[in-house]
Amino acid sequence: MSLFLVTLVFLLLLPTLNLLFSWNSVDTDIWQHFVKTILSELVINTTLLLLGVGIGTFLLGVSLAWLVVMIEFPGRKLFSWLLLLPFAMPAYVLAFVVLGAFDYGGAFQQFTQVLGLPYMDIREGVLGPALILTLVFYPYVYLLARTAFANQSITMIESARSLGYSSWGVFWKVSLPLARPAIVAGISLALMETLADFGTVALFNYNTLTLAIYSAWEDFRSLATAAQLATILMLIALLTFSVEKLSRGRRGYVQTSRLDTPPFNPSKRYKILAFGFVLLVLLAVLLLPTMQLSVWAYSVITEEWDERYWQWFGNTLLLSVIAVLITIVVALLLNSLEFSRRLPKPLMSLMGVARMGYALPGVVLAMGILGAMAWLNQWLSTQWFIGGLFGLLLAYSVRFLAVAYGPIQSRFQTIKPSIIEAARGLGAGPKRLVWEIYLPLLKAGLMTAAVLVFLDVSKELPATYILRPFGWDTLAIRIFELSAEALYERAAVPSLLLLFMGVVGLLILRRLNLFK
Amino acid sequence: MNLLKAFAALKQLRFFSLIISFSLAMPLVAISAVQGVQAAESDLVVYSSRKEHLLKPLTDAYTKLTGVKITLYTGKEGALIERLKAEGAETQADVLMLADAGNLGYAAQEGLFQPLNSTLIEKNIPANLRDGAGLWTALSIRARTLIYNTNKLIPSDLKGYADLADPKWKNELCLRTSKKVYNKSLVASLIAHHGEEKAEQIVKGWVNNLAMKPQAKDSQVMQAIIGGGCDVGIVNSYYFGGLVKQQPDVPLKLFWPDQDTTGTHINVSGAGVIKHADQVQKAKQFIEWLSDGQAQEIYAEWNNEYPANPTIKPSELVASWGEFKADSLSLNEVVKYQQQAVKLMQRVGYR
Repeated sequence: MSLFLVTLVFLLLLPTLNLLFSWNSVDTDIWQHFVKTILSELVINTTLLLLGVGIGTFLLGVSLAWLVVMIEFPGRKLFSWLLLLPFAMPAYVLAFVVLGAFDYGGAFQQFTQVLGLPYMDIREGVLGPALILTLVFYPYVYLLARTAFANQSITMIESARSLGYSSWGVFWKVSLPLARPAIVAGISLALMETLADFGTVALFNYNTLTLAIYSAWEDFRSLATAAQLATILMLIALLTFSVEKLSRGRRGYVQTSRLDTPPFNPSKRYKILAFGFVLLVLLAVLLLPTMQLSVWAYSVITEEWDERYWQWFGNTLLLSVIAVLITIVVALLLNSLEFSRRLPKPLMSLMGVARMGYALPGVVLAMGILGAMAWLNQWLSTQWFIGGLFGLLLAYSVRFLAVAYGPIQSRFQTIKPSIIEAARGLGAGPKRLVWEIYLPLLKAGLMTAAVLVFLDVSKELPATYILRPFGWDTLAIRIFELSAEALYERAAVPSLLLLFMGVVGLLILRRLNLFK
Repeated sequence: MNLLKAFAALKQLRFFSLIISFSLAMPLVAISAVQGVQAAESDLVVYSSRKEHLLKPLTDAYTKLTGVKITLYTGKEGALIERLKAEGAETQADVLMLADAGNLGYAAQEGLFQPLNSTLIEKNIPANLRDGAGLWTALSIRARTLIYNTNKLIPSDLKGYADLADPKWKNELCLRTSKKVYNKSLVASLIAHHGEEKAEQIVKGWVNNLAMKPQAKDSQVMQAIIGGGCDVGIVNSYYFGGLVKQQPDVPLKLFWPDQDTTGTHINVSGAGVIKHADQVQKAKQFIEWLSDGQAQEIYAEWNNEYPANPTIKPSELVASWGEFKADSLSLNEVVKYQQQAVKLMQRVGYR
């Protein structure tokens, strides 16, 4: 068991270690050049983008979650579920759809030209990329906040109301503070994704720290400098997390209630307002892009479709499912170890570092794994480690462990020792404790984690592109290869399939009553 | 005390996880073991930074002709090179195909190729389009040319790359991002021709003349020119070809820059046999075939590029752009100055 654990921890840390070792030799020439030319600009740009996405996902995610949990309005239950769907949309797809509509030659520009309005370059400034990333990453905040709000006790809300608080007051004084850990966890995930993003910012030619990483690697052929820059990204991610942890202190937020009906039933006007707002969000993120993609796909379907799409679809599905299983099991294992305080503290903090892998651009992570695999091959004099699924699945585990970890952890925190004691007092053996107490209590967290990881893996590009074995091309790869050549019409076909897969996956879970 | 008992239950949970992990590990090992099968079934493994949809017509034609089955593995240039380095002698790859002389040169420098030693290739491809040590050969040529809005400009308004730095083009110029290798090579050629100081002035002039933030893609540059956002830009010839095929009456025309002086900057895509290839002979035959008639025609027809083999004519569309004087600068020179070019562009704020 302990050997298994040590191997697991070692494997998960391997890419990070590989990156840290890069500091062995520092190429001062490249560093000096970067410091003198682009670095300050990139740091400012990255900070602005993080701020934009942070504020954006907070506003959108929290307000939507509050609406669907606390306010009664028409379509609430359906919207509550539909609002998750934008997460199935890869950020780079939304980016090229939006650029296609708003850039030169797009419908919007042709429209404004008819009106005689001057051209507006939506690529300028931080607004464009921040908006796109907000629209695809807000579901992190939404999902976690929704669970947190839904678990708040009705008695607490009722007492706040009886003390004279309006719905607005309840939100500020009760719901928001109590949901804070979940919201911050959601925003952290969104920010880590933002740090790692390359495709979207590249399409807008908005230069973040990932530009320096690519430049170090592709222009100056210095993998070491790229790795060093990547460790800085991880440091930023680590800081984001510690700030939250520090400010939260030792206070716990255990809530186990369940809000079945929304406590607020406002006047008709507000209901229409809530309905309109949610509809607007869905229109912008889901409906309009899907319509644009459909129009594009329809125009080229005979040219683009061939039977290999079945294979790409199958590969994507299989990889996502396997990655979900592995990531969930690992996250569950580590969480249960943390919960039972079985792991020595230093090891626990190391695992915390390993989770920061989520902030690594997929390319850097993949290169780290490639290097580590080459080393393992040499060390064990085998050729087993490169070219198989192993490296790719390891990349998924490292990259998406943080995504699976959070939701499961938050469920663990709601398990009161008294419940376990009571069950034991009633004569439940260890086996029954696991099957009838722990797993049912963790179920919601496990499902949330599974959904997030599934959707994340299905649209993952850089690590898949570098580490996939022969014949394991995915839909995301097809999207990239076509859109890289600006063949957006054709790229719409795999994009829609990918979207379709995510939506159907969510539908099945909904039907099975596993995830709503 | 009770808490301790709870931990005992957790131990059970860990046990549960362990069972799952092992039951998962079994199929995974099986799947991982399968990985080699596909490669074993095929006769030739090609690593390519040229996108799958561009190369598939070629590999399909070759398989049909010779019966040699090809596994095509696409990736980005840098990533494929790193992968090959990591795989070392154990690699299953036989052929590496890359775009841009800089990438081909880097792969050669890292010792990933073995000499081609092919008289057929030497006959088919001119010497200036092959590696000096015979490690790789170009298979297609693309020109980085000027493109202009025919409603705004006439050909006599234009001269060449350096002329675009003239203040008269203020707010009239569109450029693709400096991150793209095509622009790195172009600026490297400027350094080779004019020296670094003059090249820096030129690029600085470009930046000053930009009508808008540099575009992410050549296609966006062309759209901006069509839409009237700017009058002139620099793109690869085949992107223009692709656009004209779709929209024949687009108000854009191609202009061959610097015809009286150094000539239009060209670059190549090419291939070499991997040093640790298992199928050296088959790999060589494949590249030989690519340098020859039928394949060169497919290259020309499908991607609107110029065949590297001078006996093969470009497609009708490409031929309609007329003959042009290509920059005779050795591609080795371009490779030599690429990093200097990147530093220069980052220095003057060309993003």
